[in-house]
Amino acid sequence: MASDTLTHEPNTDHNTDNGDWQGGKEPFKASYGKLMIWYFLLSDAFTFAGFLIAYGTLRFSVATWPVPDFVFSTFPGGFHHKPLLFVTLMTFVLLASSYTMVRAVQEGKQENKNGVVKWLLLTIIGGLGFLSCQAWEWTNLLTKENMTIFNNPFGTHTENGVYLMGDGHDIKEGDSFTAGQTYLIPYHDGEYKPLQYKVTDGPDKDAVKEQIMGPKAFGGLFFFITGFHGFHVSIGIFLLVLVCVNAASGLYVKRRNGYEMIEKIGLYWHFVDLVWVFVFLFFYLL
Amino acid sequence: MSSVSYEASKGIANKTILILGAITIIEVLIALAGKGYLIDGLHFPHMIMGLVMVILSAYKARLIMFEFMHLKYELPAFVKTVIIPTALLIWFIIALIVEGGYYFGSRQSVKNPVKTEIKK
Repeated sequence: MASDTLTHEPNTDHNTDNGDWQGGKEPFKASYGKLMIWYFLLSDAFTFAGFLIAYGTLRFSVATWPVPDFVFSTFPGGFHHKPLLFVTLMTFVLLASSYTMVRAVQEGKQENKNGVVKWLLLTIIGGLGFLSCQAWEWTNLLTKENMTIFNNPFGTHTENGVYLMGDGHDIKEGDSFTAGQTYLIPYHDGEYKPLQYKVTDGPDKDAVKEQIMGPKAFGGLFFFITGFHGFHVSIGIFLLVLVCVNAASGLYVKRRNGYEMIEKIGLYWHFVDLVWVFVFLFFYLL
Repeated sequence: MSSVSYEASKGIANKTILILGAITIIEVLIALAGKGYLIDGLHFPHMIMGLVMVILSAYKARLIMFEFMHLKYELPAFVKTVIIPTALLIWFIIALIVEGGYYFGSRQSVKNPVKTEIKK
């Protein structure tokens, strides 16, 4: 009967001032908005898990994979051979912005408007810093090292050998290498110029071979997954600017719910950091 | 959240960020030391290194969810609705890594096909 659904349950004090939830008692004693952002994040976690698992599966399906300590070893200012230094810096920038977000939420609970705005501004700066780092990393990979989503010049040796020619930077004629070492195929005049080498042991001893391109999936996976994460960071910065302006204007003071909107955006921002923990693990550490 | 005072929650946040930073540094040091970058000739087995880093990252994820995202202070039933679906991903990971190994075998047999002779 229709009249059954209209019987009013006594309102709990949680939702008397909130028009969003009109189904009686609130589930899990949390507001509608907070629950929904949690379930959105859960679904988003599945999306990222799908991508990262695809990365793992493809990595296991080929014989060699570029070694991250070699691929990610440049640092702004012309430094080379600094394995993982730059990405560690990026991780710390994002972690720091996560901390400032926690502080903003805590100031919100105290209804301290100036505190919220101050910590939100610091969070925005952290987010922009992270995006700038990523922009530099991408530019370096795309323009200096010429890795694109279609071509991956980072190959890995499968046998020991000696180079028969140099690339003019790191590799000189006569340099030896061992199986498992990753190389970067030089690129000039619009094409990749693989170096020739002589195999020094194994069944193909004394054969002259050429460097081959690395697994193609690496470039696509790298740019797609870090790009998708960077896209999340960009959306996060947009939302942070939005709530920062709203908080500064005094909008959330009127709502008298302990700046709950800051808490919700905070959940999203921490999630972005959470995903980076795993992107960092899969791409750079393992 | 409401059960923790402002000062106490500030202390928890400070502690959590320090632990997160420390774990990140440890992870990077393991990754570099295990491949012989820090001490010449020192190498850790790849499997063990990977396992340690996965466990450390999972712990980092737990800290972010439970402390920064305040999951610890929500109702247990709600925590379960988030944790159980996420935990099911573990099987997804194991299954697809095994699948990746199978793809590898398939690729190898395409490159070096097993020649079968037909005897008349």
